[in-house]
Amino acid sequence: MHGGNASGSSSPADRRLSALVRHLEGSSRDGIDAGNHSIAAAPTSGSYGGRNSVFDHVVMGPEDPILGVTVAYNKDPSPVKMNLGVGAYRTEEGKPLVLNVVRRAEQMLVNDSSRVKEYLPIVGLADFNKLSAKLILGADSPAVQENRVTTVQCLSGTGSLRVGAEFLARHYHQHTILIPQPTWGNHPKVFGLAGLSVKTYRYYDPSTRGLDFEGLMEDLGSAPSGAIVLFHACAHNPTGVDPTAQQWEQIRQLARSKALLPFFDSAYQGFASGNLDTDAQSVRMFVKDGGECIVAQSFAKNMGLYGERVGALSIVCRNADVAGRVESQLKLVIRPMYSNPPIHGASIVATVLKDRNMFQEWTVELKAMADRIINMRTQLFDALRSRGTPGDWSHIIKQIGMFTFTGLNSKQVAFMTKEYHIYMTSDGRISMAGLSSRTVPHLADAIHAAVTRLA
Amino acid sequence: MASSPILSLASSTASSALPCRRRFLHNLKATSNQMTFLGNDHINSKQSFFRTSMSVAVENSKFTDITMAPPDPILGVSEAFRADTNEMKLNLGVGAYRTEDLQPYVLNVVKKAETLMLEWAENKEYLPIEGLAAFNKATAELLFGTENPVILQQRVATVQGLSGTGSLRLAAALIERYFPSSKVLISSPTWGNHKNIFNDARVPWSEYRYYDPKTVGLDFDGMISDIKAAPEGSFVLLHGCAHNPTGIDPTPEQWEIIADVIQEKNHIPFFDVAYQGFASGSLDKDASSVRMFAARGLELLIAQSYSKNLGLYAERIGAINVVCSSSDVAHRVKSQLKRLARPMYSNPPIHGARIVANIVGNSDLFSEWKEEMASMAGRIKSVRKKLYDSLCAKDNSGKDWSFILKQIGMFSFTGLNKAQSDNMTNKWHVYMTKDGRISLAGLSSANCEYLADAIIDSYHNVS
Repeated sequence: MHGGNASGSSSPADRRLSALVRHLEGSSRDGIDAGNHSIAAAPTSGSYGGRNSVFDHVVMGPEDPILGVTVAYNKDPSPVKMNLGVGAYRTEEGKPLVLNVVRRAEQMLVNDSSRVKEYLPIVGLADFNKLSAKLILGADSPAVQENRVTTVQCLSGTGSLRVGAEFLARHYHQHTILIPQPTWGNHPKVFGLAGLSVKTYRYYDPSTRGLDFEGLMEDLGSAPSGAIVLFHACAHNPTGVDPTAQQWEQIRQLARSKALLPFFDSAYQGFASGNLDTDAQSVRMFVKDGGECIVAQSFAKNMGLYGERVGALSIVCRNADVAGRVESQLKLVIRPMYSNPPIHGASIVATVLKDRNMFQEWTVELKAMADRIINMRTQLFDALRSRGTPGDWSHIIKQIGMFTFTGLNSKQVAFMTKEYHIYMTSDGRISMAGLSSRTVPHLADAIHAAVTRLA
Repeated sequence: MASSPILSLASSTASSALPCRRRFLHNLKATSNQMTFLGNDHINSKQSFFRTSMSVAVENSKFTDITMAPPDPILGVSEAFRADTNEMKLNLGVGAYRTEDLQPYVLNVVKKAETLMLEWAENKEYLPIEGLAAFNKATAELLFGTENPVILQQRVATVQGLSGTGSLRLAAALIERYFPSSKVLISSPTWGNHKNIFNDARVPWSEYRYYDPKTVGLDFDGMISDIKAAPEGSFVLLHGCAHNPTGIDPTPEQWEIIADVIQEKNHIPFFDVAYQGFASGSLDKDASSVRMFAARGLELLIAQSYSKNLGLYAERIGAINVVCSSSDVAHRVKSQLKRLARPMYSNPPIHGARIVANIVGNSDLFSEWKEEMASMAGRIKSVRKKLYDSLCAKDNSGKDWSFILKQIGMFSFTGLNKAQSDNMTNKWHVYMTKDGRISLAGLSSANCEYLADAIIDSYHNVS
């Protein structure tokens, strides 16, 4: 009945009959648990349907380390648990936040009966692109006015980085990209899969919990000429350590002298200091000197549009002709990846950025988020000081942005998770956005205990 | 925290060129708390202000050798159409549905869902890498039916993807990583972007015969022969229904034989399902090819899109489904699809996913959707009929135009060659792709006679 194998010896009718029988017996056949393929039936046709799968060699992928923190947090029943893992803003009440100005924009869009859902162009929403470029480069940026910038809408920061990297792998003569040590966990994978060769440059100094500026300059100085260099525009993730303006200027000079190609990851414009211009200075410095650079922008944090996946990739070129050709090649990268980008989030951003009042309202809400985070830094620092926790904790208020590299080691982190139900990544990074005035004392207690009881 | 960097930049070249007072104001503006408003003149300044004289360029562009890429053949058609000022022009290029008034169409259920979503005011947190759970559940159930064994046994790995393209790309990336010596067989012809997707994903491909220009129908023997000749364990890309660009689908009997051959050769079926419900008007009917393969116990890949059947083109909502021999395998495959999505875009967009989940999850909205979908499919069928009738009435050559009626879905392969298609555009202002494909979704019944004239002229008078 479960006729012979299917390699030609049985008729199509026999095989269909076999298939039908297998189908009817289906529920008894396929085990729910791993590898339990206790099948009474004789060999099936080909290699599927029975114990063999064409995907047998596919192993279970590891849980994403950052997202895995939230998974573990969710499982914990403790009432004092804290999630300081993933970098999404939380209010003082610990809730996700959708900006008022975003809700208003969304209302306008949904209630506009003339709106349609036709495909965007491959490069995305034109208004959004122009406004995004102006946001990061400055409203009066000569590069924008001279049409030297090509901007394409992409899927938030990740998508912008990936499209930029794919473009460089195809069209740029140097395939080495230097990324800071440490950096966001996803960076090496994005660049590696795009076909770039990933190297690191020194960045974080654990002894000062600050910038290893000498190391950075040395490593960039010994990079191959023309190499791509990844810079975090502001609020370095995961350390929160940024170069000063003077240091940026020195970095710029070195980079230009070695013809390095700067690739900025700008995920926190306005969110770090509370001021959109301030947080864009590093990028604008490089654009001002007339040279070329690349910027990946994300609106996930500063507009709270995380799940809408809104971002932009801007390539600042020497002249408009080059920019036009570059744009045409970017389209060839995008089309076979997802054809054209999603409209909803970009429309929200464009609506906000082009309306004077909404723009203003946004800057106020943005500053409020940034201020709350800065406030949490101050509170945590004060709480540790008042407990007399050993060590210099000033890095908490010197670092900037959503994250703090506490300097705690993985043993201390594990201790804090086990004893105090604090969830964070094992590198000692905490998301300040996950703190509130109410919970700072508990975190301070945990850090104090970890530092005094474990080396 | 960075010390006041704005003032220290006051000596940079840009602002030091300004007269003293303006420089002062320039810096003052920059140090205010609020960023300078971006201004609303950007919308009007579509043309470049001026071309920079680069005679003082210090250094060549790093991108100086980059050539201008050719425009996308399909999307480029719409651009050309927009530029045409002739009042008779017809856009039969891109496959987006148009009403009888040739307007884009947002489904009523979509508007209702979006209005509800506004009221609920949910948050905009990141989705998991695999997408919205409610959407993934709904999309797999739509494809297979809620009671299908593959669903009940949890053997389907479903990951939300960026519409059809994004879902195909994830699948291609999976193939490249886990089946590095396998190739994908694609129909000749097929959707233009299929080749680009596999090329960029570095997956080798070859073609199987599909379209027979002599019959303007399916070259079934060629298809079977080529699938048989391919190395064992190849992936065979099949269009679930409404083949793009030809509109020619195998019959149910032919599907069975295709499945036989695939099984014989241990090939892996890989379906592109972009028109479920949109082709025949019935969701179940349009999924019958996929379901038949699944019922045979085969493992298969299916890319889905909601661009057409829910009119959600710009929201980019779809899914990649992998039917596996067991739920454990499905679990592993899903984890690896996630590993491929993370460095591409981290996690997919929420808006379109919520729309689909809310419609499918609400029985009233779901019913209403089925009605709207049936009427879209119905309009296309009726313009097919009208076009066919017009062709028969106007053409005295005795040519058999019935292939128009036999084809299904948004597109029709007219059988016109490149020169003839060019004539359609240049003489008649009918915009279509060079392979002779027209989008019936862009045709109104009022324009059928004009189109018939154009086709007859091009067919008979141009070679």
